[in-house]
Amino acid sequence: MDELWSGYLLPGGIIVAQILALLVPLLVIVAFLTLFERKVMAAMQLRLGPNVVGPFGILQPFADALKMIFKETIIPTGANKVIFLAAPMLTFILAMIAWAVIPVGAGLVIANINVGVLYLFAISSLGVYGIVMAGWSSNSRYPFLAALRSASQMVSYEVSMGFIIISVLLCVGSLNLSKIVEAQRTVWFALPLFPMFIIFFISTLAETNRHPFDLPEAESELVAGYQVEYSSMSFGLFMLGEYANMILMCGMTTVLFLGGWLAPYPLPTPVWMGPFWFALKVTLLLFVFIWVRATLPRYRYDQLMRLGWKVFLPFSLAWLVLTAAVLVYFDLAPKTVM
Amino acid sequence: MAMFDRGARTIFLSELVSGLALTFSYMFRKKATINYPFEKGPLSPRFRGEHALRRYPNGEERCIACKLCEAICPAQAITIEAEPREDGSRRTTRYDIDMTKCIYCGFCQEACPVDAIVEGPNFEFATETREELFYDKAKLLANGERWERQLAANIAADAPYR
Repeated sequence: MDELWSGYLLPGGIIVAQILALLVPLLVIVAFLTLFERKVMAAMQLRLGPNVVGPFGILQPFADALKMIFKETIIPTGANKVIFLAAPMLTFILAMIAWAVIPVGAGLVIANINVGVLYLFAISSLGVYGIVMAGWSSNSRYPFLAALRSASQMVSYEVSMGFIIISVLLCVGSLNLSKIVEAQRTVWFALPLFPMFIIFFISTLAETNRHPFDLPEAESELVAGYQVEYSSMSFGLFMLGEYANMILMCGMTTVLFLGGWLAPYPLPTPVWMGPFWFALKVTLLLFVFIWVRATLPRYRYDQLMRLGWKVFLPFSLAWLVLTAAVLVYFDLAPKTVM
Repeated sequence: MAMFDRGARTIFLSELVSGLALTFSYMFRKKATINYPFEKGPLSPRFRGEHALRRYPNGEERCIACKLCEAICPAQAITIEAEPREDGSRRTTRYDIDMTKCIYCGFCQEACPVDAIVEGPNFEFATETREELFYDKAKLLANGERWERQLAANIAADAPYR
């Protein structure tokens, strides 16, 4: 009994508590991100945005959630029921479990694994399956087209993202995300690797199917893309997953390029300030996500592919070689294997 | 040189940045929309909204049942029946407007020789049933009482242009 307590129940409880401590705020942030997006878009389009539910419309996300929950889930007769329902769950789950390795503060990470970047990259690559499954199982034209687009788009941009991540890893010498952040104490990687930072950011836009790369859900041509046949909470899970993915990608950019939880000044800061700086940087990046959405029109499909394969890929590859050459020539490469 | 210029603009994403700067500047501009229904935009005195039948200041109905409005109505939305009252003056016994037929052209108020039927400034008269939009004389006179001050002000404001 004693062994059961100390060996299983206590550590299990601690892990569950840790997960809840991360996921509950995350879901609340996802909810408010939808409001934030609507408000910022409205401001940029000279509109007011939601302002009726609660003061300044602050309760709008909860009203939306309630509406979503109480609606009926409609499953098309032609759909493959199991896959149809599994797809939104998969999208949502993948968006959640990737957060296991993101360090929000010094030591504040659920799984401090040594292959954190690899894990993150793998999980974000799996994200395409949710969309492909949704598109295929809907047994409808628009979702299917969207799934095809999404698959090729995400695969294309992952390649250049991979090269960019490798160039960061060259500067750090570790795949552990906490070590990557610690390596940025002197200078955030966004400065020495500035072009890579920009390309990475644009690739995350494509990776999360956000504007101007929102071809999988292009309203004007594919109605709502892979979400066409979804309703109620199965649609809600897609929304949650999409926005959680946005936050995840911004978190990833923050960790890789903007010094994670580190303060922007070189003074020692208390540990509890870590999550604050992390959240601030993520919020700034999310603002840019929305800002870009309010500014740019959608890419044509061939332009999207051209940008991915003919611009980003060669450029990131060349910059990777340049980074490696500079590191070796000036003898800056990390020596110790961490 | 032009090629160099274009290349530099592409590499430094200058068009992207200027576009982003433009949208950012729009964030701080005055909003183009208003907070309807708490705020409302201005209406012209000539605005053609919900109909009303007016009365003279002494309480007498203006309408003399000449049926000019009924005749001119292009949508044939107006139905009038009339007979002499006890005191011998000619008045309507029935004055109906089918608001679902009405096209709000304003011909009725143009045709009216005594400014009895007018289209007021009210545009928020949506109903939950279709039947509520078949206005009868009582409803139109009630509208006239409710909006009289504004109707009179609008007619006065537009008078110099007629």
